[in-house]
Amino acid sequence: MTETIVGILLATLGAGTPLVFATLGELITEKSGVLNLGVEGMMLIGAVCGFAAAAESGSLWFGVVISMFAGGGMALLFGILTLTFQANQVAAGLALTIFGIGTSAYIGLDYTSVTLPNIDPIQLPFLSDIPVIGRLLFSLDPLIYLSFAMFGAISWFLYRTKGGLVLRAVGESPESAVSLGHHVIAIRYLAVWFGGAMAGLGGAYLALVYTPLWVEEMTAGRGWIALALVVFSTWRPSRVMVGAYLFGGVTIVQFHIQGFGVDIPSQLLSTLPYLATILVLVLISRDIHTIRLNAPASLGKPYHPDL
Amino acid sequence: MFRRRFSAGPRLPTQAIKLTQSDSSTIPRLELRDIRKVYPAVVANDGVNLTAYPGDIHAIVGENGAGKSTLMKIVYGVTKPDAGEIRWEGERVRINRPADARKIGIGMVFQHFSLFETLTVAQNIALGMEGPYRPDELSERIESVSEHYGLPLDPRRLVHSLSVGERQRVEIVRCLLQEPKLLIMDEPTSVLTPQAVTKLFDTLRRLAGEGCSILYISHKLEEIQELCGVATVMRRGKVTGVVDPKKEGAAGLARMMIGRELPAYEHGEPVSVREERLVLDRLSMTSDDPFGTDLKDISFTVYGGEIVGIAGISGNGQQELLKAISGEAPLPASRASAVRIDGKPAAHFDADTRRDLGLTFVPEERLGRGVVPPMSLDENALLTTYRKGMVRYGLIDRLRVREFAEQCVQDFDVRCAGTHAAAKSLSGGNLQKFIVGREMNQKPEVLVVSQPTWGVDVGAASAIRQALIDLRNERAAVLVVSEELDELFEICDRIVVIAQGRISPARKPSETDMEEIGLWMSGMFPESETVKVSTSGTSHVA
Repeated sequence: MTETIVGILLATLGAGTPLVFATLGELITEKSGVLNLGVEGMMLIGAVCGFAAAAESGSLWFGVVISMFAGGGMALLFGILTLTFQANQVAAGLALTIFGIGTSAYIGLDYTSVTLPNIDPIQLPFLSDIPVIGRLLFSLDPLIYLSFAMFGAISWFLYRTKGGLVLRAVGESPESAVSLGHHVIAIRYLAVWFGGAMAGLGGAYLALVYTPLWVEEMTAGRGWIALALVVFSTWRPSRVMVGAYLFGGVTIVQFHIQGFGVDIPSQLLSTLPYLATILVLVLISRDIHTIRLNAPASLGKPYHPDL
Repeated sequence: MFRRRFSAGPRLPTQAIKLTQSDSSTIPRLELRDIRKVYPAVVANDGVNLTAYPGDIHAIVGENGAGKSTLMKIVYGVTKPDAGEIRWEGERVRINRPADARKIGIGMVFQHFSLFETLTVAQNIALGMEGPYRPDELSERIESVSEHYGLPLDPRRLVHSLSVGERQRVEIVRCLLQEPKLLIMDEPTSVLTPQAVTKLFDTLRRLAGEGCSILYISHKLEEIQELCGVATVMRRGKVTGVVDPKKEGAAGLARMMIGRELPAYEHGEPVSVREERLVLDRLSMTSDDPFGTDLKDISFTVYGGEIVGIAGISGNGQQELLKAISGEAPLPASRASAVRIDGKPAAHFDADTRRDLGLTFVPEERLGRGVVPPMSLDENALLTTYRKGMVRYGLIDRLRVREFAEQCVQDFDVRCAGTHAAAKSLSGGNLQKFIVGREMNQKPEVLVVSQPTWGVDVGAASAIRQALIDLRNERAAVLVVSEELDELFEICDRIVVIAQGRISPARKPSETDMEEIGLWMSGMFPESETVKVSTSGTSHVA
C-alpha cells in the first residue's frame, strides 16, 4: 500500500513539474503587466527544440539549455510585437501559440520515433535512505530540484528584493514607475523573456524526462492550464505550486482509475485534472480583496512611452 | 539619518526671500534659459526663463495648457527640451532622467500621485530611491523625517487604505528622504481640506526656512498670495510676467494668466419652487469595490430652482453616491423609495430608465463614462439623447442628431474640428464643455454633475458655472459634487458635506464658512442636525 501511494506521489511530482515551470514563468510575465497567451506555443517549441538537441548531441543537459533558449526566443518575438510595436497582446499571444504548434510539428517530423535515455535521479547522501520521505523528497531527478529552487527564488525575488518591488510596480502602474525613473519597456522585456524561457523548460521536462518522447501537440493544453493557474492562484507563487501539483495528482489518479477498469469513458476521466484544478482554484480565490491586492492592475494594457 | 542641510534654524519665508534678493552674490539654485519644447500639435514651452534662489517659494501659475507641467517635467528629467539650457547652482547641467534630477537634489511631488496602491508606504518610498531595499532601516528613516516635518505616517500601511492627504504625505516624505535642494509641487492642494492646506504650508515654509527652494505650481491665486514670494506667470507656453503676488493681487495675476478680465457671474436670488425634484431618503449601500466606501443612511432633498453642492475629500463615498443616484448601482425593488425623482421611487431603476424620468448626469470621468472616446461627438450626443426624438422606428435621424450636437458645440464654445471629430481628440476642458452642454440642452428636471470644472481652464470654468446657474434659474434641480470649495461657495444655494459615507446637515453659503465646511469634511459634523426628509416639505435646512 505504501508502495502504491509513494508511487502515485512521485508520479504526481513528475506530472506537475512542467506546469510549475511554465506557470511560474507566466506569473513573472504577468506581474510586469504583460499578458502572454502564447505559453502553449512556447512550451511546444521548447519541447521539440530541447528534444532535438538532446537527440543530436546525446546530452540531456544540452537539450535543457536549448529548450530555454528556444522558449525565450519565442517570447522575445512576442515582446518585439507587443512592447516595441505596441501590437495587441491577446492577438499576438494567440498567434504565438498557433505558430508554435505548427512549427514544432514541422521541426519534430524526424524525431517522432526517437527515444532518449532516462535522467538518473540524484540520490542525496544519507537523506535518501530515510524510509518513504527519502524516496519522495531526496532521490528525485535534478529538474524537479530545479523547480523547487525556482519556486524559492521567485518567491524571494518578488517579495524580498528591490527588483521584485520594481517588477510589481511596473505591472501596477507603468506611468508612475516611469515618473520614478524605472525603465518600463526594458523591465517588461526581461519579464517576458523569463516567462518564455521557463515555458521552454516546462516543455523540455515533458519531452526529455516525463515521457521521454516527442509527440505532436504533446503539451495537450498544459499551456492554457498554466494561464488559468496564474489567474486562479491570484498571482501568488505558493498557490501556483498547489494548483500545479493538484493538476498532476488528478492526472495520475485518473490513470489509475482507468487501470482498474471503472466503467467511465476514458475521455471523460481525462478531463478530470482540468476540471478539478480550475474548480479548486476558483473556490479558494473568491476573495475579491486578495485579487485586487495581487493582480497586476495594468495587465494586458500596452504602455505608450511619453514623447 | 536625516540631517538638516543648513544649520540656520527655521526662518520666516518672507525673510528668507528678502535675504536672497538683496544679496546679489547669491547664486541661483536653478536657472532656466530659453527653454523650448514643441509637441506635434502645440508649442508647449516657447523661450521660457525662470530663476529660483535658495529659500524661495516660487509660484508658477497659468491656465491648463499654459506649459507649466511640461516645464516641470523638463526640470525633473521626464521630458527633454528641444532647446535651451538648465543651470544648477551656476553650472550648466543635462538632466536626461529623473534619476539625474534626484542625484543633484531635485524632488518632485506629482499632481496625480505616482503611488502604487497595493504596496506599503515603505515599499512605495523605496521605489523612488537608489540602492537596495532594506525595509527596517527605511521605516526608521521615514518615521524620523515625517516627525521632523510634522507629517505623521505609518510606513507599514498599504497605500490603498490611506486618505488622499496621507498619500500626498507619502510623496512629500519620499522627496524629503533624498534631502532635496529644490522641491517641485504640482497642484498640491487640489485634493486637500483647508486644514490640511494650512499644515502643508507650514511644512513648506519650514523647508524653505532650511534653505530648500520650492517651485509651487497652482491655479489657486489666493493660496499663491499667501505662500509665495515670487510668481512666474505663463500663458500659451510663454512667460507673461514675473511678479510679487502679494503686491500684484489675484485679479492682476488672473489677467496675466488669461490675457483678459475674468467674467463675473450673475447669480441672483434662489428661485426655489418648493418642489422636491430629487430626494434621497435613508439611502444605505455597501460598496462593490473592496477599496470603496459604504454609504450610511444618506438623506437630503434637492428642490427645483436650487443648486445643492456636495463637498468632501475624494474617496469619502462620492463615487458610490453618484452611482446610486445615476442608476449605475440600482437597489432592490424593496428599497425603491430610497431615491425619488420627481416624487417617483427610482432607486431600483437602471440609468436609462432614470433618464426617462428627467434626470441627466455628468460623471467625473470623461473618457469612458462621459463619452465613448473613439466615437464622434455626434454619436456621443445620441447616446444620452436618443429618447428626444432622434430615433424613429429604430432608425437614427442623423440630421437631428447633428443639429443637436452642433447646438451644444455652439452654446458652450467647444473648440473642435467639427461634430464628426472623435471625442478623444478634444482636450479635457473642451470635452467637459461638450458633455455638460449635451446634458443641459436636454432641459432636464434634475441635473447631477460631478467635478464640473476639473481640469477646465479659468475662462471655460466660469462659462460652465454660469450655465449651471442659468439652468437653476429655469427651475431645474442641480446637484454638484466638487472638491473645489471655492466653486461650491460661489454657485450653490445650499452645501452639504460627505465624509466616510455619511452626509452632513445642509448650510447656506452665507451662513457658513470654509473653516466649518473644512472641519466637517474630516467627518466632524453634528449628527442630530441631519436633514429630515419629511412629507410636509418644511424641513429645508436644519
